[in-house]
Amino acid sequence: MDSGRKPARKSPDASPASAARRKFINSVAAAAGGGCLLALGAGLYSRSAAALPAQALRPPGALPEADFLAACVRCGLCVRDCPYDTLKLSDLGDPVVTGTPYFHARQVPCEMCEDIPCVKACPTGALDRALTDINKAQMGLAALVDHESCLNFLGLRCDVCYRVCPVIDKAITLETQHNPRSDRHAMLLPTVHSDACTGCGKCEKSCVLPVAAIKVFPRELARGALPDHYRKGWEEKARHGGSLIGEQVEMPVRGFDGSTAGRSATETVVAPHTPAPDIPAAPGVPAAPPPRGAGGLNSKWKP
Amino acid sequence: MATSTLSVKPAAACAPARSLWQRQRWLILRRSSQVLILLAFLTGPWFGLWIAKGNLSSSLTLGVLPLTDPLLVLQTLLTGHLPYSSALIGAAIVLGFYLLVGGRVFCSWACPVNVVTDAAAWTRRRLGIKTGRVPDAATRYWLLGGLLVAAAVTGTLVWEWVNPVSLLHRGLIFGMGGGLFVIAGIFIYDLLVASRGWCGHLCPMGAFYGLLGKTALVRVAAPNRKACDDCMDCFAVCPEPQVIRPALKQVGQESPLILAADCTTCGRCIDVCDKQVFKMTHRFDQRSE
Repeated sequence: MDSGRKPARKSPDASPASAARRKFINSVAAAAGGGCLLALGAGLYSRSAAALPAQALRPPGALPEADFLAACVRCGLCVRDCPYDTLKLSDLGDPVVTGTPYFHARQVPCEMCEDIPCVKACPTGALDRALTDINKAQMGLAALVDHESCLNFLGLRCDVCYRVCPVIDKAITLETQHNPRSDRHAMLLPTVHSDACTGCGKCEKSCVLPVAAIKVFPRELARGALPDHYRKGWEEKARHGGSLIGEQVEMPVRGFDGSTAGRSATETVVAPHTPAPDIPAAPGVPAAPPPRGAGGLNSKWKP
Repeated sequence: MATSTLSVKPAAACAPARSLWQRQRWLILRRSSQVLILLAFLTGPWFGLWIAKGNLSSSLTLGVLPLTDPLLVLQTLLTGHLPYSSALIGAAIVLGFYLLVGGRVFCSWACPVNVVTDAAAWTRRRLGIKTGRVPDAATRYWLLGGLLVAAAVTGTLVWEWVNPVSLLHRGLIFGMGGGLFVIAGIFIYDLLVASRGWCGHLCPMGAFYGLLGKTALVRVAAPNRKACDDCMDCFAVCPEPQVIRPALKQVGQESPLILAADCTTCGRCIDVCDKQVFKMTHRFDQRSE
């Protein structure tokens, strides 16, 4: 049987059944190949485009990016229910995945509606309804990226990003520091705290500079991470009620009396309010001479 | 393909007294349906009168009726995400509707890409373009399988990155930029490379809705098939010409109903037939003159 069939298969003008079979196999192979190629192309394209660009922020309650892209059906219902036209849908060719909602803080920031209508509108849960308090939203994380042009770093009292922050004094605080340039003024440095920042973008929107010095980024982009095994000595000490490695010999610091030398411009100077005579000066903090009182630093400036 | 060897007769050659309405009725109704669906989404952003919000992927009509693309929900489920009930209910409603009325009714009565590919097919006929190579009609099923597998493997809605159907509908409602190139690409592909290439051979959404078409109640039939004079106008204009023959020529079936799930129920064959062979009817209408 087999030996009889083989030559017939090889000849080009074989039986009609064989020709039909060959044509069928050819067409199926072409269809399968074409289909798989197209699907593969789409898959590769989607992978390359999956990273969120630095300045694009997701709506409040958005799942982590990978889960979000699985859940979001690109319907735009969140965009429709956003009362401030903050959200927009990405188009093909935009750096954000086609059809998904995002916003640019510098253009229109999130106004942090208390009823969070965008989350309520989402039919799939790409925006998680577990988010009921907008102050718990984590759309992004602000970072004061440009210390060289931030007016507060230059010694001025701009403070605008701090003033407009909806979570003022929690998400952004002003940290007082000595100004080493004038050596007799303070700098009040806007400082973002990741545990309270919602990433709404009002700070970036209202930065008075032509290009914002404070910017909001997707959180995974803005945050660093300590190695897992790192412990902060002062936290462990507080938790355990004492040093875990025993008492250390504390060496007195000499040579910095009455001077800011050796101190970085951004280092926070904390002067002890009531200098205790029995404690030797802590490293980095000069012991203030008692007559000067709580002021701490001797800038040698005299009127 | 058989149709590519046909040419369209000049309308005057064999046109008896049939009014413009009789010759274009189903096309006009279909275009109206497509435009009205689009307008339902556009009256909100244009005039502040909100009828439907969202787009064909998922929408909320009059604040109460959720509608969701069932293929999209299927992909979402395959990625491992369970959507909220509003999306699932919306998908069930859409699924039920097309199972009842006819799967590919979506293609010819709702889908915005249909206008583009119809325009390409019309231009191709008008210019007498016969070039190109048509992919196998089964490619769409491979593509459908591929995108479902891709969703499960990658854990993301891969197809939605490039899906021209949602791209165009979303673009028309929310604004459009780069998506226009995809739509232009489909037009050129259908015009120069493959007759009815996108909708009839590649589109996995069409393939999905085709699978829902086995139980369609609304069907085109050829009850007056004795009057057919083999002018081939219906074959030339039909987006899925292979569905006509069994009903018209009684090949493999006695019934005059076009039962193939590929039929998009567009009714264009009814429009173009001067002998009035075809009519829109229901699945159980076996009458044949």
